[in-house]
Amino acid sequence: MAGISIDLLLASLMVAATPILFAALGEMIVEKSGVLNLGVEGMMIVGAICGFATAVETGSPTLGFVGAALGGAGLSLVFAFLTQGLLSNQVATGLALTLFGLGFSALIGQGYVGIKPPATPSLDLGSLSDLPFVGRVLFSHDPLVYLGLAMTAAIWAFLRFTRAGLILRAVGESHDAAHALGYKVVRIRTAAILFGGAMAGVGGAYLSLVRVPQWTEGMTAGAGWIALALVVFGAWRPGRVALGAYLFGGITVLQLNLQAAGVAVPVALLSISPYLVTILVLVVMSSDRRRVAMNAPASLGRVFHAAA
Amino acid sequence: MTRPTLLTLEGLTKAYPGVVANDDVRFSIGEGEIHALLGENGAGKSTLVKMIYGLVKPDKGAMTLRGAPYAPDRPSAARQAGVAMVFQHFSLFEALDVAENIALGMENPPKRRDLAARIRDVSHDYGLPLDPSRLVGELSAGERQRVEIVRCLLQNPKLLIMDEPTSVLTPQEVEILFATLRKLAAEGTAILYISHKLDEIRALCDAATVLRRGRVVGDCIPRDTSARDMAELMVGSVLHVPERRAATPGDVALELRGLDLPAATPFGTSLRDVSLSVRTGAILGVGGVAGNGQDELLAVLSGETLAPPGTLFVDGDDIGALPPPARRHLGVLAAPEERLGHAAAPDMSLVENALLTGQVREGLAPRGLIDWGATRAFADRIIAAFDVRTPGNHVAARALSGGNLQKFVIGREILQSPRVLVVNQPTWGVDAAAAAAIRQALIDLAEGGAAVVVISQDLDELMELADDFAALNGGRLSAPRPTAGLTMDEIGLMMGGAHDMEVAHAAQ
Amino acid sequence: MIALEKRPTPSRAWTVLTPLVAVLATMVAGGLMFAALGKDPFEAIRTIFYDPLFNAQFASYSRPQLLVKAGPLILIAIGLSLGFRAGVWNIGAEGQYIMGALCGAGVGLALYPSDSVLLFPAMVIAGAFGGWAWAMIPAILKTRFNTNEILVSLLLVYVAEQFLASAALGVMRNPEGGGFPGSRNFQQWPAAANPELIAGTGMHWGVVAAFVAVIAAYVLLAKHMLGFQIRLAGTAPRAARFAGVNPARLVVICLGLSGALAGAAGLFEVTGPAGQVSIDFGSGYGFTAIIVAFLGRLHPVGILLAGLLMALTYIGGELAQFMLGIPAAAIQAFQGMLLFFLLAVDVLSNYRIRFGRRRIA
Repeated sequence: MAGISIDLLLASLMVAATPILFAALGEMIVEKSGVLNLGVEGMMIVGAICGFATAVETGSPTLGFVGAALGGAGLSLVFAFLTQGLLSNQVATGLALTLFGLGFSALIGQGYVGIKPPATPSLDLGSLSDLPFVGRVLFSHDPLVYLGLAMTAAIWAFLRFTRAGLILRAVGESHDAAHALGYKVVRIRTAAILFGGAMAGVGGAYLSLVRVPQWTEGMTAGAGWIALALVVFGAWRPGRVALGAYLFGGITVLQLNLQAAGVAVPVALLSISPYLVTILVLVVMSSDRRRVAMNAPASLGRVFHAAA
Repeated sequence: MTRPTLLTLEGLTKAYPGVVANDDVRFSIGEGEIHALLGENGAGKSTLVKMIYGLVKPDKGAMTLRGAPYAPDRPSAARQAGVAMVFQHFSLFEALDVAENIALGMENPPKRRDLAARIRDVSHDYGLPLDPSRLVGELSAGERQRVEIVRCLLQNPKLLIMDEPTSVLTPQEVEILFATLRKLAAEGTAILYISHKLDEIRALCDAATVLRRGRVVGDCIPRDTSARDMAELMVGSVLHVPERRAATPGDVALELRGLDLPAATPFGTSLRDVSLSVRTGAILGVGGVAGNGQDELLAVLSGETLAPPGTLFVDGDDIGALPPPARRHLGVLAAPEERLGHAAAPDMSLVENALLTGQVREGLAPRGLIDWGATRAFADRIIAAFDVRTPGNHVAARALSGGNLQKFVIGREILQSPRVLVVNQPTWGVDAAAAAAIRQALIDLAEGGAAVVVISQDLDELMELADDFAALNGGRLSAPRPTAGLTMDEIGLMMGGAHDMEVAHAAQ
Repeated sequence: MIALEKRPTPSRAWTVLTPLVAVLATMVAGGLMFAALGKDPFEAIRTIFYDPLFNAQFASYSRPQLLVKAGPLILIAIGLSLGFRAGVWNIGAEGQYIMGALCGAGVGLALYPSDSVLLFPAMVIAGAFGGWAWAMIPAILKTRFNTNEILVSLLLVYVAEQFLASAALGVMRNPEGGGFPGSRNFQQWPAAANPELIAGTGMHWGVVAAFVAVIAAYVLLAKHMLGFQIRLAGTAPRAARFAGVNPARLVVICLGLSGALAGAAGLFEVTGPAGQVSIDFGSGYGFTAIIVAFLGRLHPVGILLAGLLMALTYIGGELAQFMLGIPAAAIQAFQGMLLFFLLAVDVLSNYRIRFGRRRIA
């Protein structure tokens, strides 16, 4: 394993994990409210191009991420309108979101191929960044890496300690009961869907503005689907979702480094390893039916129509 | 005794397409009064209550609460005005704990630690013990009802609405609930008590309003009115009581021997050491509070769940490993409780629903190819024989009223001349005339030589139908006893008695 | 205020009408999108929907293309629709399509330069087998380990794409190709080719298979117990178990069938219109077929029509790209939009829409 430095590996692991962490946390909130949005891939790629275009046009990466959040949320609004307003099938609508998002992003992105976006600066953490090893691994990143971790903690606290979090979980558990108690199921779910869209958008923009950083068609390459799998892996708990994202980031970075280092393993095998590991993890996590049934929101994916 | 008036309803009307649920409903409830709202299924009771609780807006009419106009536009407005409701279904969250469930039903819940303390206080005062940190999914039906009641009591309601509260309780638990309600009434809380069980109303209520087809058809003082008079007021005609015949049981047709079956879902019930035997020509009644293993018992008999070897026998043969179609081939048929989605596919036509269980015995799909002509004829036979009111055999099952669909579902199985029939809640949510017809059909079936198992939470129904009675409690089945001569007390003990409830501290 | 009210029985009229409404709405919205791109919307719509069929200049080339493009779409969508009806969500048809092509082409290339008449049938079977086997992965994981088949089937698309790339660059590379990526060309090898059967129609064996699949699916759904069980399991899973449907068996059947059809479609494509195994062989048919299945309301005849319409948007899209400079991505977005509108108007078949304000006393 010559040529691979551990501190660089760990540092790039954090970068690789960040986009799927954002998308997975957003989707987790959506699923906690009882909605299954399979359009994460579509919202990520639309976020990627919206963020990229905004950042290029304004010269500000910050505005870029805002634009990405708006783009992702905008697309998710279509999903919310169809599934919550018109009671369409959530699986089909999520797929439509992804298919549309891939085409739509390619359309907007036509003029942006081959451009370099304005650089997202690292957060100035003063002397922390100068610490040996730890400084490079933990304290020399852009703000989004830390924002992702902060969001993990914030969502954990939100779900556990706040009344709004309790209501969100209740709606995902039984929309009929929540409705009977007078909670606005559709409104709460719409808000959750918009939040999920914004988070997926930011995740996508992190790919196009920081990780890669440039725009290419279909650049999310399944990241949205992996984020969906991470929610199952994390058993709908923010801490474990974050852990999953970092594990996954580790595998991605490791296989890229092994490829670069020219290890005697077929390139195809290395390239498919993240997908295979994701499938493997899904299998392990879902094989215990009782535990999945305990953790998954009970109303997940079911259509809610207030009869009266 | 005259009480100050608490709530007055004047001319409440609510129409849904094709049906007027409430038409010019008017009555009033006094403070501290226990007022019964009496009516058959479909009489409009639940729509009326939803209007009082702010879930449904009336088309016409007005309400007055303590002299002020009252028009809640959502449940929280009703709660703020002092109106609380204990639901029959659908208002608890299984995966959340007791304290969280209670907090969700309150306007301004206190901090969790304070809330837990208050839950303990209130549940102690009213004899409704509860552990705030337990998951609701792990609670029995009776305990879940306590959660709902405590949730209401924490808000010091002026009016407490209770929708069919005793359907999930054993007779002993009912007594304790009544003591709690009397104590509440004595403290000045009015109670609107919805039921169709006349004996309960006579035992508990100060006044009663009777609804039929959305209209008020009469008021009475339950204590001074006979159950028969109230029943006629409620149903609008004299009821046909099914005739019981002298039992002439034959050989044992269905037998369970020491069946143990772990629960398939997180909040399901495990069946433990269940044994029973039913002879041809006999009806076994299985009572018990909901959620004590009824669904699981039906599933293991119908073949949806397979039974371990050596536990399930029909005519002496072990059929535990056979799937539903093979069991139907042997004449073992079943009708589950949930009509829409389990016994019938809601979006499929009656013809398709006839095929759903009729394929094997009626030979509706020879060599896998469906004979739609024969299937339509079978559906038409069910519709004619069981008086299913429907525009035709092409309509979707969900378009039928509960009673009509139930007649279709029961009729579908009975017309296949089963050797063994298992039904769960055969008359749940069905109007009195249809219920009587279904019960008669079950009796006739047994007389014709079938072995019948009726699982029901309606004890009166079981007493009327069954030769023997057994009760499910926590997945265990009590030893069956002949129904003749059984007292309510004995039945209650078979169902588990009062569990761990205590009598409300009314004396304090 | 608008309120939805569930119909007691689904409306038959709307079931047929909704796809038409969706297509019209998509034309309007697509026209707006083309206008926003600075193109004449009317000309764009005409170029996409009318010119490929009736414009004297292009129709002779475009018309045969209709069947060439519609064939795989219909074949895949028929398979998918059975699963979608049963609530089995195979969205990895693209991967099964690629693996079918690789498997079938692999059998052929291994036997090069055989001229046996059995070669092509053997390749078709191998292609169907490849798709079937690829679909069995999510099926078995679903039935044995309860793993979500949506995610697994989709993730396997990315795996299949890697296999395709390494096959085109490695084991299947044409030894006489001068080092260029891509396999031998099957069109130049009669025993392994899937030729145009009737000149000028675009009809090849894959199109024939698609028509056969439409008829077979129609009979299955209308007349056969398995078709009834598929429909029952999708609309009421619990009632299906009560009726005696084995859900695991249904998952295996539905995923297996759709995988086999997608694999066969891949084989017909690689030996016919595409001609060879190449890096860019995966053309997205497996995903577009999802739109076709829904646009056809999961009904075999509907899928036939929807497949033809979707093929038209491909051909018209290429034409619009060539004539008007409308980017290919716009057509992809256009197709996605169609699915949106379809899902949006779908509500009409199950619900009535009531306008007007609820009166408050």
